[in-house]
Amino acid sequence: MSDELVNVTIDGMQLAVPKGTPIIEAAKQAGLLVPHYCYHPSLPSPAVCRMCLVEVEKAPKLMPACVTTVAEGQVVHVNSPSAKKAREGVLELLLINHPLDCPICDQSGECELQDYTFQEGRPATRYQEFAKRYNPVEDFGPDVLYVPNRCILCTRCVRFMEDVADTPVLNVSERGDRAYIGIAEQQRLDHPWAGNVVDLCPVGSLLSKDFLHKARAWDLDKTASVCPGCTQGCNINIDTRDDVVVRIRPRPNLEVNRHFICDYGRMNYRWMNRGDRVEAPLVRDGGRHVATDWDTALDRIGQAIRGVSGSAVILASGRTSTESLGLVRLMLDGLEVTAAVQVPLGDEAPLAGIPGLALRRERAPNLAGAELLGYGVDGGETWREVSSAGLVIVLDAELGPEEEAALAAAPGLVIVLATLMPEARNAEMILPITTMAEENGTYVNRDRRIQRFQQAKAQPGMARPAWWIAGEVLAGPGPDASAPSTAAEAFALLGERWPLFAGITHGDLGYTGRLLTQAPAGVGSAR
Amino acid sequence: MGYPHPSHPKETVVLSKHFGDPEARTYAGWVRHGGYEALRKAVGMSREAIVEEVKASGLRGRGGAGFPTGLKWSFMPKDVVRPHYLVCNADESEPGTFKDREIMRWTPHALIEGCAIAAYAIGAERCYVYIRGEFTEPWKVMNAAVEEAVAAGALGDDVFGSGKRIEIVLHRGAGAYICGEETAMMNSLEGRRGNPRIKPPYPAVAGLFGMPTTINNVETLAAVPHILNRGAAWYKALCLGNPKSTGTKLVSVCGHVQRPGNYEVTMGTPMRDILYDMCGGPPAGRTIKAVIPGGSSVPIMTLEEAESALFDYEGVVEKGSMLGSAGMIVMDDRTDMVYQIWRLARFYAHESCAQCTQCREGTAWTTRVLERILAGKGKQEDFQLLLDLSENMTGKTICVLSDSCAAPVVSGIQKFRSEFEAYIAGAREPSLAAV
Amino acid sequence: MSGSHGGTAGHGTAPAEEHIPVFTGPTRARLEQLFTKYPTRQACLLPALWMVQEARGWISEQAIGEVADVLELTPAYVKGVVTFYTMYHTHPVGRHFVQVCTTSPCNICGAEDVVKALLQETGCGELGATSPDGRFTVIEVECLGACGFPTPILVDDDFIENVTPEKVRGIVQRYQ
Ligand SMILES: Cc1cc2nc3c(=O)[nH]c(=O)nc-3n(C[C@H](O)[C@H](O)[C@H](O)COP(=O)(O)O)c2cc1C
Ligand code: SF4
Ligand code: SF4
Ligand code: SF4
Ligand code: FES
Repeated sequence: MSDELVNVTIDGMQLAVPKGTPIIEAAKQAGLLVPHYCYHPSLPSPAVCRMCLVEVEKAPKLMPACVTTVAEGQVVHVNSPSAKKAREGVLELLLINHPLDCPICDQSGECELQDYTFQEGRPATRYQEFAKRYNPVEDFGPDVLYVPNRCILCTRCVRFMEDVADTPVLNVSERGDRAYIGIAEQQRLDHPWAGNVVDLCPVGSLLSKDFLHKARAWDLDKTASVCPGCTQGCNINIDTRDDVVVRIRPRPNLEVNRHFICDYGRMNYRWMNRGDRVEAPLVRDGGRHVATDWDTALDRIGQAIRGVSGSAVILASGRTSTESLGLVRLMLDGLEVTAAVQVPLGDEAPLAGIPGLALRRERAPNLAGAELLGYGVDGGETWREVSSAGLVIVLDAELGPEEEAALAAAPGLVIVLATLMPEARNAEMILPITTMAEENGTYVNRDRRIQRFQQAKAQPGMARPAWWIAGEVLAGPGPDASAPSTAAEAFALLGERWPLFAGITHGDLGYTGRLLTQAPAGVGSAR
Repeated sequence: MGYPHPSHPKETVVLSKHFGDPEARTYAGWVRHGGYEALRKAVGMSREAIVEEVKASGLRGRGGAGFPTGLKWSFMPKDVVRPHYLVCNADESEPGTFKDREIMRWTPHALIEGCAIAAYAIGAERCYVYIRGEFTEPWKVMNAAVEEAVAAGALGDDVFGSGKRIEIVLHRGAGAYICGEETAMMNSLEGRRGNPRIKPPYPAVAGLFGMPTTINNVETLAAVPHILNRGAAWYKALCLGNPKSTGTKLVSVCGHVQRPGNYEVTMGTPMRDILYDMCGGPPAGRTIKAVIPGGSSVPIMTLEEAESALFDYEGVVEKGSMLGSAGMIVMDDRTDMVYQIWRLARFYAHESCAQCTQCREGTAWTTRVLERILAGKGKQEDFQLLLDLSENMTGKTICVLSDSCAAPVVSGIQKFRSEFEAYIAGAREPSLAAV
Repeated sequence: MSGSHGGTAGHGTAPAEEHIPVFTGPTRARLEQLFTKYPTRQACLLPALWMVQEARGWISEQAIGEVADVLELTPAYVKGVVTFYTMYHTHPVGRHFVQVCTTSPCNICGAEDVVKALLQETGCGELGATSPDGRFTVIEVECLGACGFPTPILVDDDFIENVTPEKVRGIVQRYQ
């Protein structure tokens, strides 16, 4: 697409759009949705469903809006009688073999066939007295079922695997009305990004086994979030039902993940639903921990930190928000601090067709944020510091046997902020914090794009975001103290210390985030 | 000539002169008949001069669409910065059409010579000839002929010592009517499903393997050597009707005539002459009821329309149909029009590549409705249903296979409605078992 | 739709048997020769499938795997192509494969009677089925491009014109 603009009129609305824009996208800019099935902005367009036919003045016939590009002076009618009639015709044909499955179909409620039929269709079928096409359900891969009877042969799934994943394991088999989506016997739909075909399918023909019959679309609450899986920072929606996360789906962000997420990220949500959480602040009382209220806990942590001398260590989970990492770090200002985040490693799995998109080796969504805030990567040496530190703060870090042993032997004060009960008998206190699914916050991805995630479910018991705890401690006790009460306020505190964040507010980040520009020369990073 | 029948005086025999003559199949025999003179001449000419000559002749594509051949060639980039390709469309699968088959069987060198000239004219060094898989005999004949032509220096790295490189590769189809559509053919040649492509881009810009490509029908290419040998003016003068239709045309006539076969006529010859003089009219005691003049994809003509039409691109359109591939299907008074229209719809349903909704589902539904009528279960509403479906299938899809299915249905209902009515009213015995 | 093209393709699983590679020795050499005629290996897919069918009589799932291997494609991709073209058999067929044109031009000249005669004389009984003696499989096909010579049939690679029901017995006897 070029910078050159052309003037077009779509259903009476005049607009200027870049040359080369398909009509379907230009119409979007005019607020008009041209119904379509095969078109998808992240796939090549084959123009096969013929649902998007529109009238273009001076053209001899109706034109597919998905592949017809705008031209200077073009006049387009999306809702002219002939265009509407053509769409009605396509719908009638798509429905002749379609089963009356809506009541038992997982797609129901978010089905483009249902939607457009409701919008444009004719009420009764004229395809009477003929048997519908029937083919049995097929198991395509670890998480995908194919229900051929519902398939409208839009070929989105085939194109995704062929053109985007560069692994053509799906095909269109046969031809004419015998055609169906096929797979070879010796192959499975098990590519690390295969799950996207389920989202791409405009109807309920490709289903996720994980989500099968779990919930009806209209019962779901959707929350805009960022994948906590790796440093890529794919945008996601967390879908919950009755406060339980039931699935994760990609949320479009053309700069980061287009319309896709990897299967690792997609399946990486069960921990969000764990019931065995720390729910109340626990303080040490002799040899055991006893529950207390936040006022008491906050008092105690404030005192404890003020009493510390020497060095301090922060060991944080790579899933910790920028706000929490920043405020916890600020809380220890004055001490000599070694801070590190945990970065579990895995295999890199790129999505071939989308440059810059991959499941990253580093499975720590806020690694870049942590580094900007002066955290290092925990590679074991942090634990050596523990043996000489006056204070150790464990910020939801995962503790293996070695870490537990090191912690148990720590001579200094140990404070644990945790979602799950740690093995840390000598901890001065164990404070319940929220997971990223239970709070608002930001992550900075590997390209230094800072992105917001929002609270998708209620926090358990008395759990609070870690930034809230640190903010309270920083503000100190008393009625005049002004601790941040929202993640946005917490974020605002970062700019003073780390100029890269200065002048940005949560509000500026919108739903797709923004790139942090390089810190001006001379202004040091916090390291 | 009206192969397998002797030539009729009303024919103008150019391409078909040697049909049935085994000698013409060999390189030596073909040279004795004056073959390869045109290619020798061509490689001494400039590319532009050949294109101009073909333009001036008025030659139009014989594959069905009738697009001016010289003009098509002129769309190819002048400078050959990337490989150019010529594709010869020898997929001949349009019901009623069997002319390309005879060209390849009897005069393979005519086609090879035409391919070589065209390839040179469009800046291509390689020509793929896509021969439908069922054409086992033409396949063998063409293979032998290409081998001979290479051995004789008519093809290869140095065509007749001119330094020009022209290679012909024969490619066998595998059973798919749709691969006759030019962009489907390119996909098929690339080792894909034979799905037609959306245009633009046009083949001359990005065709086979993404390179500038020209696709021509067998008969189109076989006519080219004659144009170079005898001049554009001679070809252009072969015209009895509209001046936009020039040259000779092979007409494949089949069905209910006494002498089915391929006849070669000057453009604009009255259809009456073809039907009665050349083909001998209907079998004894019969009358012609309907004629499909241009392969099954064009509207059906009544006898009156057929008898009054001049056989050229414009003349047939004037009488409500199209010249198409000039495969003429003649149906006499015994013919059950509903049954045959059903059979055609079934053909398109079988051949639809399955990409476009209207075509994939529409061809199948149309077939079923016709089946229901034939089974004695038809309803009055079926007329409207069939016409609605046909309208929905016309002008809305990637290629015109969908339209082609609608053409016989719509023209059939228009012109032979009473036959449908008879089935629906139960006045006629069902001819198919109940659906 | 009534009337069957008796497609030998189908959803089902073809019988599994040990696959002996096709592309070895001279066949491999022929394929290598073909590679020089096309700018991509993928373009050799249709010719390669023809070679498999010539060698084995049909194209098994394992053969699809082999073709995919030699052409650097995936089996699923190859299968999508195989099932597009009606001349490739994805199931075993009789020793002689008979294709009869029944499209309108031949249909109005009596092609359906030729089909009936063929089904009877070969013992196939129905379209797409293989005769009990394993000799024949008969299918209806669309226009064979020889409408002036009704009814044309293809027996293996032999194109036979002007077949009438009366000639069927003699033709069938020629193929053992
Ligand atoms: C469904 C369909 C089938 C076609 N089949 C053939 C065919 O069998 N042979 C042919 O020459 N052209 C066929 N055509 C026309 C080709 O697309 C193309 O126009 C032609 O090969 C161009 O060559 P020409 O300009 O020399 O006619 C077909 C077109 C369509 C839409
Ligand atoms: S399975 Fe879904 S995405 Fe794939 S072709 Fe069918 S409808 Fe389209
Ligand atoms: S690539 Fe990374 S961020 Fe994206 S979905 Fe996968 S795990 Fe999540
Ligand atoms: S009209 Fe039919 S044959 Fe042509 S591209 Fe569409 S589905 Fe394929
Ligand atoms: S969206 Fe345009 S044809 Fe399918």
